[in-house]
Amino acid sequence: MSKTYEKYYVPAQSPWPIVGAVALFCIAFGAGHYVIDMSKQQSGFGGWLLLLGLAILVFMLVGWFRNVIDESMSGLYSSQMDRSFRQGMSWFIVSEVMFFMAFFGALFYGRVIAMEWLGGASNNAMTFAILWPDFQPVWPLVKTPGGIETQAMPAWGLPAINTAILLISSVTLHFAHTGLEQNKRGQLKGMLFVTLLLGVIFLCLQGYEYVHAYRDLGLRLDSGFYGNTFYLLTGFHGLHVTLGALILFFVFLRVLKGHFTPEKHFAFQAGAWYWHFVDVVWVCLFFFVYVL
Amino acid sequence: MSAITHEHEHDHDHDHKPTGIKRWLFTTNHKDIGTMYLVFALVMFFIGGSMAMVIRLELFQPGMQFVEPQFFNQMTTVHGLIMVFGAVMPAFTGLANWMIPMMIGAPDMALPRMNNWSFWILPFAFLILLLSLFMPGGGPDFGWTFYAPLSTTYSNDSTALFVFSVHIMGISSIMGAINVIVTIWNMRAPRMTWMKMPLFVWTWFITAFLLIMVMPVLAGAVTMVLTDKYFGTSFFDAAGGGDPVLFQHIFWFFGHPEVYIMILPAFGIVSAIIPTFARKPLFGYASMVYATASIAVLSFLVWAHHMFTTGMPVFATLFFMYCTMLIAVPTGVKVFNWVATMWRGAMTFEVPMMFALAFIVLFTIGGFSGLMLAITPADFQYHDTYFVVAHFHYVLVSGAVFSIIAAAYYWLPKWTGYMYDERLGQLHFWCSLISVNLLFFPMHFVGLAGMPRRIPDYALQFADFNAFISVGGFLFGLSQLIFVWVIVKCARGGEKATAQVWEGAEGLEWQVPSPAPYHTFDTPPEVK
Repeated sequence: MSKTYEKYYVPAQSPWPIVGAVALFCIAFGAGHYVIDMSKQQSGFGGWLLLLGLAILVFMLVGWFRNVIDESMSGLYSSQMDRSFRQGMSWFIVSEVMFFMAFFGALFYGRVIAMEWLGGASNNAMTFAILWPDFQPVWPLVKTPGGIETQAMPAWGLPAINTAILLISSVTLHFAHTGLEQNKRGQLKGMLFVTLLLGVIFLCLQGYEYVHAYRDLGLRLDSGFYGNTFYLLTGFHGLHVTLGALILFFVFLRVLKGHFTPEKHFAFQAGAWYWHFVDVVWVCLFFFVYVL
Repeated sequence: MSAITHEHEHDHDHDHKPTGIKRWLFTTNHKDIGTMYLVFALVMFFIGGSMAMVIRLELFQPGMQFVEPQFFNQMTTVHGLIMVFGAVMPAFTGLANWMIPMMIGAPDMALPRMNNWSFWILPFAFLILLLSLFMPGGGPDFGWTFYAPLSTTYSNDSTALFVFSVHIMGISSIMGAINVIVTIWNMRAPRMTWMKMPLFVWTWFITAFLLIMVMPVLAGAVTMVLTDKYFGTSFFDAAGGGDPVLFQHIFWFFGHPEVYIMILPAFGIVSAIIPTFARKPLFGYASMVYATASIAVLSFLVWAHHMFTTGMPVFATLFFMYCTMLIAVPTGVKVFNWVATMWRGAMTFEVPMMFALAFIVLFTIGGFSGLMLAITPADFQYHDTYFVVAHFHYVLVSGAVFSIIAAAYYWLPKWTGYMYDERLGQLHFWCSLISVNLLFFPMHFVGLAGMPRRIPDYALQFADFNAFISVGGFLFGLSQLIFVWVIVKCARGGEKATAQVWEGAEGLEWQVPSPAPYHTFDTPPEVK
C-alpha cells in the first residue's frame, strides 16, 4: 500500500465536557424542582438553578466551539476528522427523527386506535356503552370523552403560509450552499441571510398562531388528545427551528468573518442538514396535524 | 505500510499522562473514559444490588417485616433503573471505550471530548435519581417500566426528577452510541475490512444503532409522562381521548430493543473468549454477524409481547407472538456456533472461560423461558409473576452481568499489566454460579404457582422457596465482594502479564504491550 495517512487529531485535555455535565445537572435538577414547585403553587430554588444551568451551558458551548473553530482554522483537522463530524451529525439527526417519531406514533395511535376503541370499535363495545356512551369518535377530536370542548386549527390559513415559508427557506439555504461551493460569497451571504429571516418570520407567525389558538379557538395544551399532540409536535418543532436558526446565525457570523472554504465547511453543512431536517418534519406535521 | 505525515506541531510524547484529579475530569483518552465507565458501573452495581438485598430481606418470610410497602416499591423501581441504566449499559460502554479503538487499530474514539461528556453526565443523572429518594413522599415507586397511570395520576411529587434524570441518561447513551458508530465506521486501520472486525466490534456497532433508534423514543415517553402529570395533557388518560395502553406501546418500542442493547455486546464478549480458550477460530463468523443483525431487526417487531394481557386484537397478538418466537432462530445460531467452536478444541478453563461457559448454559435457560413467555395463551398464566422475574434475571444477571465479569477477567491483564489471582477468581466463579442459581431458579417454580411480582408479601405456600431465594440472593451479593477484591489486588500488582496474555488470544489488542500504553495506534497498525 502506498497511501499517506494524515494524523488523526486527538485533542488534549478539555475542561468543557465536565462544565457541560455540571450545566446539564443544574438544568435537570432545577427544571425538576421548578416543575414540582409549580404544580404545588409554591416557589423554590428550581427556576434559578435552571437559569444557572442554562447560563453555564451557554458558557460551555461558547468555549467548546471556540476551541473547535480555532483548531479547525489552524488546520488541525484532517479529512478523516471531517468525516467523523459529518457522520456524527447525521446520526444525531437520526436520533432527532426518532424523537419526533415517538410523538407522531402517539398521534397515529390516538387517532386511529384509541379514539375508535373509545367509540366502541374492535372488541370495545362495552367500554363505549358503559364509560362514555355519548362520545363521538371523529377527528379532530374537538370533544373529549370527558367532555372538554375545543376547536380545531384550520390548515389552509397561517399553517399553509408557514409551510411555504419553511419550504422556501430550505431552497434559499440550498442556494447559499451552492454559493459557498462555487465560492460566490455574495450569494452565500445573501441567501443565508434570507434563510435566517424566513426562519424568524416562521417563528413569529407560529407564536401568533399559539396566541390565536389559546385566545380565540380555546385550543389549549390541556384540551384533550388533539391539543396535546398539536402543542407537543408543533412545540418541539418550534424549539428545533429555534435551535436550527441559532446554528445558522452563528454560521452566518462566521461567514461574515470569512470562514469556510468551498472544500471544507462542516459547520455550514451541519447547520444546513439540520435545517432541512426541521423542514421535512414540518411537512409531515402539516399533513398529519393540520390537513388530515 | 507507508509514510506517516505528522501534520501538527505538538507531537505528544507517548506515555505522557496528566496527573491528579484533572486527568479524570478533563480527559479525552478512551482508556481513561473506559475505566471511569467501568468503575462507575461497578459502584452502581453495588448500590442497585443493596436495594435488591432490601427486597430479598423483606421477602425472606411472608408478612411485612422490615419495610413499608411504599418503600419496597421504591426499591424495586430504583433497583431496576440502576441495574439497567447505571450498571449494565455503562459497563458495556466502558468496555467499548477501552477495547474498540484497540481492536480496530484506531488512535482513540472518533469524538474524544464528546466521549468525556457522555460519561460525566451519567453520575449526575444518577445523583438526581438517588436524591429523589429523599424527597418528601419518596422517590419513584412505579416500577422501572413506569407504566401510566402509576407514573402519572398516582405517582408522588418527585416524578419530575425521575423524568429529567432519565433524559440525561438518554443523552449520554445517544452520544456514546454516535461515538461508537463513527469510530467503527471511520477509524478502522487500513485493511481492517468490515468482515475482519472482531465480533465484539460488530455487536457493539449494531447495539449502537439500536441505541440511536430507541433512546429518543424513551425520551418521548418520559416527556409525555411529565406533561400528563404536571401540564394537564391526556396522552395516557382515556377521559381526554388518550389511552394508558399507548404508554406501554411507546415504552416497549424502546424497551424491547433495549433488552438486546443489554445482550448483543455480551454475545460479542463470549465470541471473543470462547475461541481464545478453545484455541480455535470462531465457528461461523459470518453467520454470527448476520444473526446479530437479524436479532436487531426483529427486536423492533416484537415489543407488544410484553402486553399480551392488555386486550389487543387477536391478529396483533399472533403477529407479535410469531415474531418473538422467530428470534429464537438467530439466537440458536449463536449458541450452536459457540458450542461448535469448542468442539474438539484444546480447551483450558481459566476464569473468563468459566464465566463464558456459564453464560452459554444459563443464558440459554433464560432464552427458553423467554420462548415460553412468548406463547400468548401461556403468557396469560405467567404474566406479572415471578416466572417473568426469573426469566429476565437469567438473561440479565447470568447473561449480561456474567459476560461483563468474564470480560473484566479476560482484559484485566491488558488494562493493569498484571495477572489477576486465578485461585480467587475461581472462588468468585463457583460462589457466583451456585448462588445465582439458588437465587433465580426457584423463582420459576413460585412464578408458575402464581406468586405475583413487585408485591412485598406473599401467600404462605411460597415461604420455603422464598427463603431459599433470599439466601441465594445474599450469597450472590457477598460473592461479588470477592470480585472487588480480585480487581483491587490485580490493579496493585502481581504476576506480570505478557502482551498476548492468553495463549490462544488473537487480535490487535493483544499486539500492544500490557498494560496498554496511554496512546495506542497513533499510526495505524498492520492488519493482515
